[in-house]
Amino acid sequence: MNIIVCIKQVPNTTDVKIDPVTNTLIRDGVESVINPFDTYAIEEGVRLKERFGGKVTVISMGPPQAESALKEAISLGCDEAVLVSDRKFAGSDTWATSYTLSCAIKKIGEYDIILCGKQASDGDTAQVGPGISTHLDIPQVTYVKKIEEIKDGKAKVERMTEEGYDIVETPLPCLLTVVKEINNPRIPSLKGMMKAKSAQVVKWTAADIEADPKSIGLDGSPTRVVRIFTPPARKGGEIIKGEPAQIAQELVTLLKDIVI
Amino acid sequence: MASITVILNKCTGCTLCVRACPFGAITMSNKKAVIDMAKCTLCGACVSACKFSAIEIQKDSVPGTKDLSSYKDVWVFCEQKRGVVQTISFELLGEGKKLAKKLGVKLCAVILGHDIEAKIEELSARGADKIYIVDDPALKSYQDDPYTEVLVSLVGEYKPEIILCGATVIGRSLVSRVAVKIDAGLTADCTGLDIDDKERLLLQTRPAFGGNIMATIITPNHRPQMATVRHKVMKEAEIHKSHKSEVIRGKFSPAVLKSRTSLLDIVEEIEETVNLAEADIIVSGGRGLGSPENFALVKNLAKTLGAAVGSSRSAVDAGWIPYSHQVGQTGKTVCPKLYIACGISGQIQHLIGMQSSKVIVAINKDPDAPIFKVATYGIVGDLFEIIPALTKEFSKVLKKQ
Repeated sequence: MNIIVCIKQVPNTTDVKIDPVTNTLIRDGVESVINPFDTYAIEEGVRLKERFGGKVTVISMGPPQAESALKEAISLGCDEAVLVSDRKFAGSDTWATSYTLSCAIKKIGEYDIILCGKQASDGDTAQVGPGISTHLDIPQVTYVKKIEEIKDGKAKVERMTEEGYDIVETPLPCLLTVVKEINNPRIPSLKGMMKAKSAQVVKWTAADIEADPKSIGLDGSPTRVVRIFTPPARKGGEIIKGEPAQIAQELVTLLKDIVI
Repeated sequence: MASITVILNKCTGCTLCVRACPFGAITMSNKKAVIDMAKCTLCGACVSACKFSAIEIQKDSVPGTKDLSSYKDVWVFCEQKRGVVQTISFELLGEGKKLAKKLGVKLCAVILGHDIEAKIEELSARGADKIYIVDDPALKSYQDDPYTEVLVSLVGEYKPEIILCGATVIGRSLVSRVAVKIDAGLTADCTGLDIDDKERLLLQTRPAFGGNIMATIITPNHRPQMATVRHKVMKEAEIHKSHKSEVIRGKFSPAVLKSRTSLLDIVEEIEETVNLAEADIIVSGGRGLGSPENFALVKNLAKTLGAAVGSSRSAVDAGWIPYSHQVGQTGKTVCPKLYIACGISGQIQHLIGMQSSKVIVAINKDPDAPIFKVATYGIVGDLFEIIPALTKEFSKVLKKQ
């Protein structure tokens, strides 16, 4: 089975702090990590390989430094890594990003399942996974929390909903976006880390993947950011003190209008 | 290819752009801004931060030749599950009405499903001028393929200028596909919408980086302008029973309604009756509860208030409560009127998921817990005494009603 996992390198949220004076993000010394949801996609890809054989190709679109995220994915059990990187991709919105990744996936060629994290922790759009499947014209199931079985060219999966879950059957090849519940990612093995060290990450430019110049980067993006601002920081309010019964009474008075 | 330039004679070296850049791509050299092209994503944050118009982004392409003026009306995709219109749809109709009024166009509701004729009255009462309804057994429950194809066809035929959809599991899956198919711009999870009067553009404001920054996004040269909108941010449309809408019924061939995936079963497993995204009140528990049994305290309070039950990641990872209750970066983002955090310390990953709640109450024994920095009302103390006291007091007040 050929599995492709799409990942994104994002700033580690735990490190992101707000400058109390200027109210802006302090990014100095902020470490880059694999998007949290993508770690579940990687783990699921590796587990599928362990169950059915085949190989896992991990792919990312991003700046040159995203190579470290791909190497980490290899240390976690992925076999091959592709970095799609070109100045021409700068300014891509989700439309252009999903187009670019779909071009790269076409170049990879044969695949049975494409796995993506549900969304990235910096953009939080959840649009790139479905965008890729649409550009490739393959079926998708989003918010997958369990792959129940794969047989006879079909996958039976559980899709998380607001109320519970749906059981959905999809023919292969397909694209699945996954949520945290799907697995518990492993930590890199020593062997994996050795492998990552010597692994060659394949690098492709816009020309390599034969992307239409009009459909990539800022030029290929229908949406445009016109303003970025920092929301007023939420301030801590009142601390209510006293005996539990007193506190409860006071709080209930304060919240009465919301609760009733 | 698009590019970004610093106009040196305009740059005063004020460093506003350095601080505005979310990617750490700008440094100062000889009191002029220098952009590291390896890090820059052309997001435009520096352009809007610069008070001296010293940074410009150039786009290569000429705007599309599509005739944008033939696109009119504001559409709201009204999500139904088991024939029940989801409340997010009413919120969007409320907001859509305002936008339609500003633009001087019609507000239209779009609903897909089976045996949903009765929904016409409901959507009329919520102020829709027009209702596009497609009633077919193939559309009974949401499936990516037929829903996408039907919406794509409707858009092609009736040309709306704006489409709003809930940022729900269904909404995000559906319109992401539609936007790619029809070459439209789509902005996710908006918390603010407005119209730019001069250009007739939809101004879409949304949080990024977990709510640490906000971005306003436009779709200048593509139509329709599409947005998914977060739950509970917009006010529901009022009900006017006498309001009548024009109804347009769509019929589609089996080829359009074909689905590659099949829905084998729908399983509902929410133990409590309220779903997190739609809840007005959420009571959440964290590690401070000490054991899974103690979650009963949180559940009791939630039951008294008719609230949904949330949790921190650590309580989920400890196996105290299912993942579907997790609020935060790797769980759900919620925005209720009232969020009561019990024994949750308030790691940034949790705050990301709940800091836009209108009122936050935090109960924690550690006075230095970060949760107090975002709490409207903080209570430093023993939650085993305070939660039962609160439950008792609330039930007293609620009984009187």
